[in-house]
Amino acid sequence: MKPARKQRLILISLMVIGVAIATGFALKSFNENLMYFFSTTDVVAGKAPKGSLFRLGGMVIKGSVERPGDGMMVRFKLTDFSKEVTVEYTGILPDLFREGQGIVAHGKLNAQGVFIAEEVLAKHDENYMPPEVKASLKTKSLSEKGQ
Amino acid sequence: MFLVPDIVVRFFHRMASPPHYYALTQRLMPWLVTVFVLLTLAGLYGGLYLAPADYQQGDSYRIIYIHVPAAWMSLFIYMVMAIAGAIGLIWRIKLAEIVSISSAPIGASFTFIALFTGSLWGKPMWGTWWVWDARLTSELILLFLYLGVIGLYGAIDDKKIASKAVAILALVGVVNIPIIHYSVEWWNTLHQGPTVTKMDKPSIHVSMLIPLLLMALSFKSYYLIALMQRSRIELLKRERNSQWVKTMILEADK
Repeated sequence: MKPARKQRLILISLMVIGVAIATGFALKSFNENLMYFFSTTDVVAGKAPKGSLFRLGGMVIKGSVERPGDGMMVRFKLTDFSKEVTVEYTGILPDLFREGQGIVAHGKLNAQGVFIAEEVLAKHDENYMPPEVKASLKTKSLSEKGQ
Repeated sequence: MFLVPDIVVRFFHRMASPPHYYALTQRLMPWLVTVFVLLTLAGLYGGLYLAPADYQQGDSYRIIYIHVPAAWMSLFIYMVMAIAGAIGLIWRIKLAEIVSISSAPIGASFTFIALFTGSLWGKPMWGTWWVWDARLTSELILLFLYLGVIGLYGAIDDKKIASKAVAILALVGVVNIPIIHYSVEWWNTLHQGPTVTKMDKPSIHVSMLIPLLLMALSFKSYYLIALMQRSRIELLKRERNSQWVKTMILEADK
């Protein structure tokens, strides 16, 4: 390679590497702010902000969804498979909201440690399959449990 | 010199010659259009008709046949644009500069399509049109990078200087590409994790995966077609005073 070209190649590589390192440091220091939601363990450990709005993510525990009044209020429990938080929400739930599904709720904690949600979003997972496959997967895992 | 076989070097020298590129792309065009039409028809038939409905989302999931290939293309085209820009900077090859700038509007369109279709799907599935999570925000920054490249190129009259400025902007923006790809793994996001582009087995049923890959190839061939058309026009504009363009136009007049 001609020296002039080599010099330009080195300059450009240095520029790209420099920008990458700078961005890496910036992202590392803002890491907490880039998290879209807190986990239930964070909330139980008291890491989540008190008295102000934040987002809470987790999986809806099977069998925990109940409607105490006859209004729109729903109460359910969220888990990250280690700690649980109770959530109350009044309003319309998205299509993908169901037991065993991941969700993200926006709201704040009340004095009893119950999360009062103003908005509930369903978090879709990355699995796509036809209903028959899902059904056969379910029977398979059930029969394995039975043995 | 690097250990590059002579035939490869000769191929690049020939490709870098504007009259040869102009003639070659003209000959390739009908074939590419045929491939594109066949792939698109097969992909859409497979995706919208043959593939079964999803176990949770029903038929709404079918937007992935547009959304996911468009999102992949938005990243792929950016890399082509940046690498072509770097080649133009280092080796001063005019055609590399032209490929780089001709890619920008196509990449911007794919980025817009990915954001728009994602938003349409997000409303019924997540319950919101838009959230400021890491994946959505970094993809929006990608759109602004494309628009910045297009704007900067248009703002400088001398196209030689404009190409250099644009290549540097594109190269600085490259840092955003791994951020977009890994955003769903590095941070908690509302957007789901990768289904196909991961080391593990794809978490999508094969009957749904094949149409998706066909659509991805169809989008790739569309990009090639659009890139060739745009670069041919850009080439003629820049080379309008050169001998080969004059000869070609005089011959066409006869």
